[in-house]
Amino acid sequence: MSKVLMKGNEAIGEAAIRAGGLNYFAYPITPQSEVAEYLSKRMPEVGGVFLQGESEVAVSYMIFGAAACGKRVFTTSSSPGISLMSEGISYIAAAECPSVFVNIMRGGPGLGGILPSQADYLQATKGGGHGDYKLLVMAPASVQEAVEMVMRAFPLAEKYRNPVMVLGDGLIGQMMEPVEFPEHLKSEPSNKDTWATNGMDTRKSKTRNLVKTLYLDPVELNAQNLKLKAKYERMEREEILYEPYHLEGDYKVLIVSYGTMSRVCRTAIDHLEGEGLAVGMIRPQHLFPFPAKAVYEAAGRDSCRAVLSVEMSMGQMVEDIERSVKGKRSVHWYGKCGGEVPTPEEVMDAVKKLAD
Amino acid sequence: MGKTFHKPEALADTITHYCPGCTHGVAHRLVAEVIDELGIRGRTVGVAPVGCAVLMYNYFTFDFQEAAHGRAPAMATGIKRVRPDLVVFTYQGDGDLASIGLSEIVHSANRGEKFTTIFINNAVYGMTGGQMAPTTMPGQRTTTSPFGRDPAQVGMPIRMAELLATLKTPGYIARQTLLNPKYINRAKKAIKKAFTYQLNNDCFSLVELVSTCPTNWGMTPAEAVEWAEGNMLPYYPLGEFKTPEES
Repeated sequence: MSKVLMKGNEAIGEAAIRAGGLNYFAYPITPQSEVAEYLSKRMPEVGGVFLQGESEVAVSYMIFGAAACGKRVFTTSSSPGISLMSEGISYIAAAECPSVFVNIMRGGPGLGGILPSQADYLQATKGGGHGDYKLLVMAPASVQEAVEMVMRAFPLAEKYRNPVMVLGDGLIGQMMEPVEFPEHLKSEPSNKDTWATNGMDTRKSKTRNLVKTLYLDPVELNAQNLKLKAKYERMEREEILYEPYHLEGDYKVLIVSYGTMSRVCRTAIDHLEGEGLAVGMIRPQHLFPFPAKAVYEAAGRDSCRAVLSVEMSMGQMVEDIERSVKGKRSVHWYGKCGGEVPTPEEVMDAVKKLAD
Repeated sequence: MGKTFHKPEALADTITHYCPGCTHGVAHRLVAEVIDELGIRGRTVGVAPVGCAVLMYNYFTFDFQEAAHGRAPAMATGIKRVRPDLVVFTYQGDGDLASIGLSEIVHSANRGEKFTTIFINNAVYGMTGGQMAPTTMPGQRTTTSPFGRDPAQVGMPIRMAELLATLKTPGYIARQTLLNPKYINRAKKAIKKAFTYQLNNDCFSLVELVSTCPTNWGMTPAEAVEWAEGNMLPYYPLGEFKTPEES
């Protein structure tokens, strides 16, 4: 298929359809309402399900009910909406139901603002709701990558029987870029008969399935938590994904940045190289699991003096970087949030202060 | 002489955790009998609430999902939208449905979701230990209304069947009770009607069942039945409040 020019939010909706995510429940919220608007037209064309729920809370349980039937199901929202969905996400993770949540982040806390932000990093990567659970978190840096990540999110959710979150800043949803859509995926999880409540008659075993999260016996609940923990540890072994940038040379500063912010950093790094200052970057594409080993090794390069986290938040990723670097180098932060995107010049200034 | 009374196939052969005199057991049996009679066990998915009936899936022999407090109608919506061929019901208490889940039940009913709700109204939170519910009667003492429910402070009990019947979307809304065999037969007829409307893809259906909670009311089972007849039935009248034919 040839390239088309599409707005990020619409491309995300189309990508989900091509991944077989034909069941969509959502509640409008800026800056991602275009996904629901697009899918309200597209889902009837492809025989899919579109439903606008009464609240994000209700939507998260519509996702739960549908996912527990073994259907490919997803929703999209933005920061305050994701907070409301976090109740349901905790249950879905506990019940091990595959599903995809897209968060097109806006500024917070509270109502915050409607402009781009990366201020939900900790909420997304450390669980977000109550209890011991994790989401696999993907962070696209372009509309094309958002498309590819949304399409990969469904099979990954099914591989781990866990919710997957695609965490994009508002720019990913709002900007238009040329995109190319990969081939369609098949539309049903393959292993669902062992767990899904899809009606006993449809299964060979003819035994009933139960989707639940309550374990009143502490030994059983501990065992269930250990099972979930093993799953997150498997993600840490198998799903590390990052993009290195200019890590070959003798860089003085290592930047860690993701999403749209990392593209500003690339420009800054290119300019600094022209000025004779070598800077490397690691762009985590998956935020959980975090590329801890890669960051540790890159920070440990002899030439590297300091590590700089550049984010559209007040430094939420810093603690992940610090635990990765293990005290080998000092870790710093530069960023803005609330909708202002740091310019390449501002990033260059922040880097220069560390290189001196 | 042959066997004339047996356990429904939809009901598991096990002992329940419910208290003596509790009406959950009767309500469970009625649902199971209706599912057997309609021959739908293999394509039914129940949605359990939070409350005393959270473990109800242990007593039934078909697919079940367990919801969060009040969210069962949203889960049932999710199931029914992606698998309209399944038969789906929620089973919810008054704290679950009329308090924390008020939004979910109202909007599911208003969208005309094609599932069935069995609503157990015993005027109290059961599982958490007898706290005041939106359905608690004026003057009724609970662990959070130790001087009796004061309508000047917390309003009058919510009549859910009447409230839902005001919606313009077609639906089947009925209230029955489980206080004696005559009422139980009527309750079963209402439950069967509710499931039949779902099978015909007609409308949302809800049967409210005025029930007893001897443990949290601090009464014997016999006293509880008498109290419910004298106090609840005058305020919660029985009957059909809405049918799709009349809507």
